[in-house]
Amino acid sequence: MAIKKFMYVNRKPPYGTVYALESLEVVLIGAAFDQDVSLAFIGDGVYQLTKGQNTEAIGQKNFSPVYSALGDYEVTKIYIEKESLEERGLTLDDLQHLVWEDEDEDYAEKDSIRLVSRAELADVMAEQEIILSF
Amino acid sequence: MSLLHTINKSPFESNTFDTCLGYALDGSTVLLIEDGVYAATTDTSAAEKIKNASSGVTFAVLGPDLQARGLEGKLADGIKVVDYEGFVNLVAENDSVQSWL
Repeated sequence: MAIKKFMYVNRKPPYGTVYALESLEVVLIGAAFDQDVSLAFIGDGVYQLTKGQNTEAIGQKNFSPVYSALGDYEVTKIYIEKESLEERGLTLDDLQHLVWEDEDEDYAEKDSIRLVSRAELADVMAEQEIILSF
Repeated sequence: MSLLHTINKSPFESNTFDTCLGYALDGSTVLLIEDGVYAATTDTSAAEKIKNASSGVTFAVLGPDLQARGLEGKLADGIKVVDYEGFVNLVAENDSVQSWL
């Protein structure tokens, strides 16, 4: 099977609607097909990755720990739009630190998160073959 | 007459928050719930609008929704945190409820 460049674009915050969870499930299912996968978090999508989510009192499943497993599924390119973070009074420190292990370099731990400007992300998006929007 | 306004949409994604502010009279309470809680976080334009709103309007946020989103530590000044019981009390204390959608 030919490898295609897939991008999943996440623009919704978690819990208020089901988009964020559905996107994550599709990403994990898609990961089984060995494609070239990128995730983009834009707008309120950046809220999906905040640290310290605790959903006990709202009676919903906290799916935020699942993002840290993405590296094991070889999903290693996670783009965060800088302008979106700034507009929301957030910095990378407010988000989970996501890493992957590089088999080719003796399983060295590498950052999955790439903080990019809107213009840079637009270029990455333009290179994709398949874009799925949530 | 006092009104309880509830907002469940992110201020970045819809104009519900801005519209509601235009309707929040003195003596009323604006309660941020679900994705509306993002308006209660520091260093955002929404928090600035809350700061500049009339002192006669009370702003509150539903704690469980803030905790779920990992933003308890980012709560802006001047916003009261209530739990579900507090939500019920607000409904009981006010004459009616406007649930902005």
